[in-house]
Amino acid sequence: MKIEVKLFAAVRQLAGRESILLDLPAGATIAQVRQVLAQVAPDLADLVDQSMFAVNAEYAADHVKIPPDAEVACIPPVSGG
Amino acid sequence: MIQLTDTPIDTANLFEAASSPRAGAVVLFFGTTRQWTGDRQTESLEYECYGEMAEKKLRELETEARKKWSIIECVVVHRLGHVAIGEASVAIAVSSPHRKQAFEAGSWMIGAIKDFVPIWKKENWADGTSEWIHPGMDQQEDDLGVVKMNAEHKAGNGE
Repeated sequence: MKIEVKLFAAVRQLAGRESILLDLPAGATIAQVRQVLAQVAPDLADLVDQSMFAVNAEYAADHVKIPPDAEVACIPPVSGG
Repeated sequence: MIQLTDTPIDTANLFEAASSPRAGAVVLFFGTTRQWTGDRQTESLEYECYGEMAEKKLRELETEARKKWSIIECVVVHRLGHVAIGEASVAIAVSSPHRKQAFEAGSWMIGAIKDFVPIWKKENWADGTSEWIHPGMDQQEDDLGVVKMNAEHKAGNGE
């Protein structure tokens, strides 16, 4: 399945785009998103390693399976306030 | 009430938004753009967010605060985009029958925002460089766009 991962802040800037399209097996988990993202964009690996992920605008741990058509986002350490 | 806005926060209006005949206390908090962090000079801040999720998380924090404390009004406004020195980047107004609850809820709210809400700030330094702030990572972009990283903790501006 194709999953588009939204990128923000330093990750977005480093990638030079607002999202990245990944090709993942059906039923892939967030852990797999991390792996594939680090493979296709090695420059992002350190930041991705420190980031949380969200599925449909909710924080999702590594074991969470991604439903088809889900909105996935990479959330680097936040700094609002 | 939760609001993410590209325009300056109407700080004077916050008191009115939170005041109530039932309130014995209104606590107002403004996080403002600091010009000096140690010996480094900030020119401005830039905020971005994951809009849909940031609004959802802020609403959840309001709900949680209302469970923890007897709050009458709870107003949270966060700026996005370019924020000049001295301007408010975040405003929190909480009212309650007695002061302790409003103080505690307001203090908890700003901490929770800084920990959980997907909003990010970029420091535009006076020397022309800029840097996204990711607590726990020290990351700096030089003028060639090269990102240098080390493990040192970097404290951010704002509140």
